[in-house]
Amino acid sequence: MDQPGFDYHIDIPGTTIFDGKQAMKGYALNKMCYSFNKSENREAFRADEEAYMEKFGLNDEQKQAIRDRNILAMIDAGGNIYYLAKFAGIFKLSVQDVGGMQTGRTTEEFKEFLASQA
Amino acid sequence: MAKILGGITTSHIPAVGNAIQKELYDDPYWKPFFDGYPKVHAWIKEHKPEYVINIYNDHGLGFFLDQMPTFAIGAAHEYKNEDEGWGLPSLDPFPGAPELSWHIIESMVADEFDITSCQELPVDHGFVVPMQLFWPGAPHNPDMPKAVPISANTVQHPIPTLKRALDFGKALGKALRSFPEDAKIVILGTGGLSHQLDGQRAGFINKEFDQYCLENIVHNPEELTKVSRMELVEKAGAQGTEFLMWMMMRGALGDDVTEITRNYHIPISNTAAGTLLLECAA
Ligand SMILES: [Fe+2]
Repeated sequence: MDQPGFDYHIDIPGTTIFDGKQAMKGYALNKMCYSFNKSENREAFRADEEAYMEKFGLNDEQKQAIRDRNILAMIDAGGNIYYLAKFAGIFKLSVQDVGGMQTGRTTEEFKEFLASQA
Repeated sequence: MAKILGGITTSHIPAVGNAIQKELYDDPYWKPFFDGYPKVHAWIKEHKPEYVINIYNDHGLGFFLDQMPTFAIGAAHEYKNEDEGWGLPSLDPFPGAPELSWHIIESMVADEFDITSCQELPVDHGFVVPMQLFWPGAPHNPDMPKAVPISANTVQHPIPTLKRALDFGKALGKALRSFPEDAKIVILGTGGLSHQLDGQRAGFINKEFDQYCLENIVHNPEELTKVSRMELVEKAGAQGTEFLMWMMMRGALGDDVTEITRNYHIPISNTAAGTLLLECAA
């Protein structure tokens, strides 16, 4: 893939800027997640995850991140949170569950962290 | 000619749709949030806008990365929501106003804004939740205005600058005021305030920066155009970039506005929730 060789963006710790580079890297993964807008596609994924990932041409890094239910790894592999959020319906996760999974907190701890910023 | 009554901003968190469905208005978690809306309801009842310009950002329902418009305007007879992957209830369609949509598109392209027009546009929670908040029972509220959705890209960088968003609003305001019908229009700017869903910094909220935005957007929005996009990501959080919708709304109102009500509450879901109603001078 031909991607820009340099960054247009500043470094913000703990934050991935979803730019052209990430969008190219994560295209197949995000396209699969976009398909989850339709319930029949969610069913197809549930029925056979491996076949569904293969159909969308995910690379090994993306497949492994999904097998591991590892959200940070999905983001590293080019996933965009708005498309990845479609997984929340399949895996029955709340955004606080997802926040906890990414920050090494339990869901309760994550909720407390949110409230602590009031 | 048409008249812009004012603008209303609100967060559009999906969980709000759920709370409305369950009528959790007096629930201790939700009450400080829903308390921000009665004054908005009273204002809408009093002024009865006939059109609503709903400025929101699509979150991966209407658009995918294959074709990602920076500014898209709906030009359809009606707009439908979908379940968004989470099993959200499907509502009856929201009535559109294609004649107003095309007037806006004509006027804004003449003013050198490059618009993507959409004759089909599934609308997500960014559009729907604010409608449900402001017109309870939407789309079946008897005062439900006809809608024009406008979506700006905050999914993929590069996103528009804050200055471009404000200028977009100014051109939108000019377009609306030249619509040849004695109609009353309200403009929504939905999304924000500070929040971040992704990465090790997930859960980030920034009260101080939100207060700075709320203070300045009322009477001094030009000040906010000094904030760079990367600064916006850093200070408002990765998804706090939705503040661009507030800037677009604000630009359309003109200089002379009166603040009718304001609410700010941390947290609703992962977000600092903000609501603001600005009335245009008569
Ligand atoms: Fe949003």
